[in-house]
Amino acid sequence: MSLVELRNISKRYGNVLALDKINLEVRRGEILAIIGNSGAGKTTLLRILAMLEKQSEGEYYYDGIKVRGNEDYFRKKITMVFQKPVMFNTSVYNNIAYGLKLRGYSKEEINKKVRNALRLVKLEGYEKYNAKRLSGGEQQRVAIARALVIDPELLVMDEPTANLDPTNVVIIERAIKEIVENNNTTVVLATHNLFQAKRLSNRTAHLFNGRLIEVGETRQLFENPENEITKKFITGELYF
Amino acid sequence: MAWEYVLEGIKQAIHLIITANPDVIEITLRSIRVSGMATLMAALWSFPIGIAIGMYNFRGKNILKGFFNGLLGIPTVVLGLILYLLLVPSGPLGFLRLIYTEMGISLGQSLLITPIMISFIANSIEVVEKDIRELAITLGAGKLEASLAVMREAISGILLSVIASFNRAIAELGIAIMIGGNIFVKGSALNTRVLTTAMQMYTARGEIDMALALGIILLSIVFAVSTISNIIQSRLT
Repeated sequence: MSLVELRNISKRYGNVLALDKINLEVRRGEILAIIGNSGAGKTTLLRILAMLEKQSEGEYYYDGIKVRGNEDYFRKKITMVFQKPVMFNTSVYNNIAYGLKLRGYSKEEINKKVRNALRLVKLEGYEKYNAKRLSGGEQQRVAIARALVIDPELLVMDEPTANLDPTNVVIIERAIKEIVENNNTTVVLATHNLFQAKRLSNRTAHLFNGRLIEVGETRQLFENPENEITKKFITGELYF
Repeated sequence: MAWEYVLEGIKQAIHLIITANPDVIEITLRSIRVSGMATLMAALWSFPIGIAIGMYNFRGKNILKGFFNGLLGIPTVVLGLILYLLLVPSGPLGFLRLIYTEMGISLGQSLLITPIMISFIANSIEVVEKDIRELAITLGAGKLEASLAVMREAISGILLSVIASFNRAIAELGIAIMIGGNIFVKGSALNTRVLTTAMQMYTARGEIDMALALGIILLSIVFAVSTISNIIQSRLT
């Protein structure tokens, strides 16, 4: 059964149509990559999935239930990692513990979970550092630890490794894989990096000018795309 | 010549402080009290207004912001004159009996620093509002919890708004002299002389060393308050 189902989702900003009748299912426990050129609507789609924005038209179903009107209930099951990591101006520990404190975990549980999350992103011993003073890559790893520590059902990631060095990319990709394997977390990941989509995802969706033009098993979509635009996008022939 | 005045002023300031000159202490304490009260009063209305402007979107928000930003540069003598006309016994607010009182100066200073406090608070919240609110929400925060997270992130700016407002209040002259009147009678409870009005008076009298001494004390207060604020800010981050 699908964890998420989007039916005819459209999003308008004034006269601009950012998303045009998107129909998309996200299966429980899968990694779905969203690929597409800049301005295709990837971030808008992710923000709707993370309930940071409401669609102009269409319906969003989560676990078979209509989200509209129940956002507060579903928000605790979903989290999002932004392209540019946002840090609370406090220690790494407090950043990661924030979501756990909101959920009423005991101090001992929080300590244990924070330690595990830091281990997952290879930042052991960083608890007391001010998160804002870390490098971009380290901040993104803290952001991922902070998202993973609350054990979300759905993890939405907007270009989580954009502009990061290869070491940070490897650490983050391993953390994503581990959390999916161990916790059956469902991940929707927007990426410009087609190799990353191939490496990580089970399925890939291609957005083009606000329209979802192709969705399929990642290997199938990359090796034998059905849509001409997808084919050109993958081969690098699509440019503007 | 000017350096002689400065050196003499420093010597005089040190002498006045070491000998705990009662007049200077009284004037200094009154300055701190009057401006502290002004800051407190301004905070009462500036905090809710500043937070509302920084945190929420509503009709007329930009007009309100523009209004307070425009008032940032209001000349203190103009505000002092308006308040004087309102507070004199024959004025519409004369019944409050605030003219030539400490509370009158505090009221005037509080109005002067209101735009500073509101603009600083609103700006410090606006800078972090969207990112922090969205982050908190994605981590499971409700509306109130997200707002608290935003406030926590903006706390340095909010603290700065209070410090900047206090320093502006204690350093202003126009309102203190027009509403306070620089009254000083030894032992009187109705005195209104503060550091700035005393400085103005000593300068007019040609007692530059005394004016400089008080200036040094005033600057020391401003720097001390700023230093304490910096220490608190660094502890907060």
